[in-house]
Amino acid sequence: MELLYKLLFISISTVFVQNFVLMRFLGLCPYIGVSKKLDSALGMGMAVIFVMSMASCITYLIQYYLLVPFGLEYLQTIAFILTIASLVQFLEMGIAKYAPALYKALGVFLPLITTNCAVLGVAILNIQSTWADGTPFNFIESILQGFFAGIGFTLVLVLMAGIREKLEYSPVPESLKGMPIAFIVAGCMALAFLGFAGFKI
Amino acid sequence: MEFILYPVAIIGGLGVIYGLILAFASVKFKVEIDPKIEQVMEVTPGANCGACGYPGCSAYAEAIVKEGAAINKCAPGGQAMAEKVAKIMGVKAGAQKRKVAVILCGAGGTDRTNTTFEYNGVNHCKIMNTVGIGTNACTYGCLGGNSCVDVCLFGAISLDEFGNKTVDRDKCTGCGACVKECPRNLIVLADIGKEVHVYCSNKDKGAVAKKNCGAVACIGCKICEKKCPVGAITVEDNLARIDYDKCVSCGLCASVCPTGVLVDNKEKRGKARVTDDCIGCTLCAKVCPTEAISGSLKEKHVVDPEKCIGCEACVSKCPKKAIEVDYAD
Repeated sequence: MELLYKLLFISISTVFVQNFVLMRFLGLCPYIGVSKKLDSALGMGMAVIFVMSMASCITYLIQYYLLVPFGLEYLQTIAFILTIASLVQFLEMGIAKYAPALYKALGVFLPLITTNCAVLGVAILNIQSTWADGTPFNFIESILQGFFAGIGFTLVLVLMAGIREKLEYSPVPESLKGMPIAFIVAGCMALAFLGFAGFKI
Repeated sequence: MEFILYPVAIIGGLGVIYGLILAFASVKFKVEIDPKIEQVMEVTPGANCGACGYPGCSAYAEAIVKEGAAINKCAPGGQAMAEKVAKIMGVKAGAQKRKVAVILCGAGGTDRTNTTFEYNGVNHCKIMNTVGIGTNACTYGCLGGNSCVDVCLFGAISLDEFGNKTVDRDKCTGCGACVKECPRNLIVLADIGKEVHVYCSNKDKGAVAKKNCGAVACIGCKICEKKCPVGAITVEDNLARIDYDKCVSCGLCASVCPTGVLVDNKEKRGKARVTDDCIGCTLCAKVCPTEAISGSLKEKHVVDPEKCIGCEACVSKCPKKAIEVDYAD
């Protein structure tokens, strides 16, 4: 029961209540940049889910088995960036070799998220997140948070892409065409997600 | 000492380990990419115009190498690119004639169009075409929305002060974007050197066509059809059409056309010129359809500008690239 409760808590709070893009404002660059087409948005989303889960896993180990024992928490940012960048590079090579179809689908997006702030954000937030009683997230919970952060990112990216595809056929005023209307839509979406704030589970 | 040693050792160690893993992975997971694709990609124009039928230059390069796609499909790259690709791929480049767009309507500018009403809507031909079949009194003629100008990636269609359009044959790559864009199908691609055109697409009876047209209209009198020595002109639905495959650009039809809608752009034709690189192989003289090139074996050949029709047939034949074409404009 305890585990189910935790799963539910982490999933709903990271996907909706504390959505990485619309509530924490992390990963805004791909949110605007890769949301023009539904296909590429979905591809990007899958790559982010994948990388976030893997990054959560590795950075947790780095933090608790390398940085904490030596009292080097202040090197967290640089160690995590280094780790995530190498991890993405490594994954890209591995996927290219063993799953060419997946590589073609993710291909362009994998290098894009090498230094994505949402990925670094999830790694750091995993360390900072605590339960109500003050206990920090354990290994499994960190990975879950990373995974659901990716799901939340994908959700808003796909929603945005769907709206922007519809916008292509809508009578948008000349001066608002393209980026301006995309920003307005992004703002509206953030307002809509604000409705989840204060949601108690 | 420890407070500096540990951080350096750990971060440095992490860096070294990651570096080693990546170095190992780059060898272990190496994916062989055909270097030919990159080479072919380099010689493409990179305009991504889609004239080849592939979704971009890189897709076309990949198709050439992997699927053995035809190498002469690139309109902007033309013969020059086909030859370069041929060298990379080790196949022969088939002769490819450069095509340019021709707008088969004399109207379009404000001075040459009879308008029926004032249009204040969006300046886009496809939309204009749906509003009361356009402002042009001629229901076959140019709408004047200049969508062909907008869609041209190479800036090859220019407008004069009245909005009349001219195609710059030097800039036109024959990609066909304007052909697809024109809602009235007024634009065709013709081989360069075909300089006799019927600048009208009206299928009404002579009197109606003449009344509606602000410029000159084809009245379907069939004089050109009778005069054409090679049977390249047919009059159908009161409109003369030239079969560019048969046309030899002799210009006879233009000289007898009573309305002047059949035009022989004599002065606009390019004139071939043999440069000093000529080795006198006589190939150009053999291929010339009008026998405009003369000269004996192993001597520099000469082009008779009077006879040259600017078809560029000799240009692609010359093994030394010693023939250049000069344009008057």
